[in-house]
Amino acid sequence: MSASQVRTPPVLRTATSSSRRGVSYRDRVYPLWFYVVPAILYLVLFIVPTVSSFYFAFTRWDLREAEWIGWDNFARFFAEPSLVQGLWHTLVYAVITSGAKVVLGLPLAVLLTSGIIGRTFLRSVLFFPVLVSTIGVGITFTALMDDEGLINSVLGLFGIDGVLWLADPALALYSVALVDIWKGIGLATLIYIAGILAIPHEYFEAARVDGAGRLQQFFTIILPLSRPATATVIILSLIGGLRSFDLIWAMTRGGPGFASDVIASVIYKQYQAGFYGLSTAGNVVLFLVVTAIALPLNWFLTRREVDL
Amino acid sequence: MNRPLRVVLSVLVLAVFAVVFIVPFVFIALTAIKTPAESSLLQFSWPTEVALVQNFVEVLQTREYLLVIAFINSTVLTVVSVALMVILSAMTAFVWQRRPGRSGPIIQLIVLSGLIIPPAVVPTIWVLQALGLFRTMPGLILIEVVFGLSFSTLLFRAFIATIPKDLDEAAIVDGAGPLRLFFRIVFPLLRPVAVTVIVVQSVNVFNDFVNPLYFLPSHPTVQLTLYNFQSQYLTQNNLLFMNILLITIPPLIMFLVFNRQMVAGMTSGAIKG
Repeated sequence: MSASQVRTPPVLRTATSSSRRGVSYRDRVYPLWFYVVPAILYLVLFIVPTVSSFYFAFTRWDLREAEWIGWDNFARFFAEPSLVQGLWHTLVYAVITSGAKVVLGLPLAVLLTSGIIGRTFLRSVLFFPVLVSTIGVGITFTALMDDEGLINSVLGLFGIDGVLWLADPALALYSVALVDIWKGIGLATLIYIAGILAIPHEYFEAARVDGAGRLQQFFTIILPLSRPATATVIILSLIGGLRSFDLIWAMTRGGPGFASDVIASVIYKQYQAGFYGLSTAGNVVLFLVVTAIALPLNWFLTRREVDL
Repeated sequence: MNRPLRVVLSVLVLAVFAVVFIVPFVFIALTAIKTPAESSLLQFSWPTEVALVQNFVEVLQTREYLLVIAFINSTVLTVVSVALMVILSAMTAFVWQRRPGRSGPIIQLIVLSGLIIPPAVVPTIWVLQALGLFRTMPGLILIEVVFGLSFSTLLFRAFIATIPKDLDEAAIVDGAGPLRLFFRIVFPLLRPVAVTVIVVQSVNVFNDFVNPLYFLPSHPTVQLTLYNFQSQYLTQNNLLFMNILLITIPPLIMFLVFNRQMVAGMTSGAIKG
């Protein structure tokens, strides 16, 4: 920028050796101060809250004064059925939704990369719910899953007795999970499609020459080579599932009773009730659950990557 | 696959997709144009009386044009936070990708924790309050920026890796400083990935419900109006679904125009893991 820089001898090597003024080429061209603004924002609005949550989780807190109460919040969290249930529901919800996205996503991707007619349109139709407001989807399916709603009416046409999708405590969580799968399956499928399209075509040709059928091609080529896609789908949907709040809140508010409460909705309810310390303890539990699952899983899934 | 079989299979798949994925949207549209009495039945039927215009006008006028105000708020939130996100994450990604050495793995750890760690809600409110930003639009904008940085930075970094370093050197030889190099030479080349980041993140921010709920409940955004209308409109499903219909239009337009970039952004990582 300054005129003096024009006269300094340009360093043509990419080497990191220092120039005459003692500032390396790297520091001059790719200065660390580019990091300053994002680093400050990230530190203040993400790292400080995250680190301090480990303190406030042990306090009775009104946002002004925090009184240290030791493990009381955690004891309460694990003692009260309404709270600790949220932890189990979170795990069940995350495992069901991410499992279903893998099990349904890969076959759908194979279908939509085959010679089927109208596959571009079908891909768009499948993907569109991903972009729609979660609250809007929640409200719509609350209506569709009503006792006398469309889903039960259609089941009735086939002579199947409808169920109380959202009003039955034994079903509510699974019904919401079903809608989550409906909304998210398009993304999982597209990730698999991207993975399948990246497989070199020669593999399939060679397999055909060797007389492998479609099923054999699926198990020997597509399945093993979709491993990175599977890792992405599992990690994305598991983390998303563990943190999910919007859909559950829009459909059941955690009810009936506490039948579909998850950690994220417990955090919100305790926050609303003014139990800030307890709410933050819930956050710490969620943090521990997410990292305890995501880190080993990430390591396990990306460990043996198949090179193309 | 032989031809007749393929046609039969295609028709079958199309029918299943139509029922599972299109019917809910038809239901939204049908309910949105019904009269209050008919919409309260929540039936999947053609309206006996089409009230499209009345419902549209009425939903806008409700509670002194709350939805219009919410659309303005959501637009401001989306435009400003995505603009900041793009500039900041592109700069971060540029220096991160170009500087080999010790700082790389540290930044990778920071970026990945931003993707994985669930934000601590009440402590964030505490920090925002200390800064005087709680329940303010600038506060929520900064929150959206911070929560979107990691994903955007990863996308930018992958793209910057494809731009040869010779280009930087040529610009430096011509007397450019780091700012000019980045904003005049490198940034214009990032256009394709910038479009992807803008499209994906603006849909994310526009559809965000949790952060406005916690950090800016006083100003309505479109997702919050929907949530508030849900309890308010017990007998006015037509307006509730008209609201859903209206807030689905911006993502729909994004999707129709930027389909390819959107898919590219959301499926990044599928190949390399």
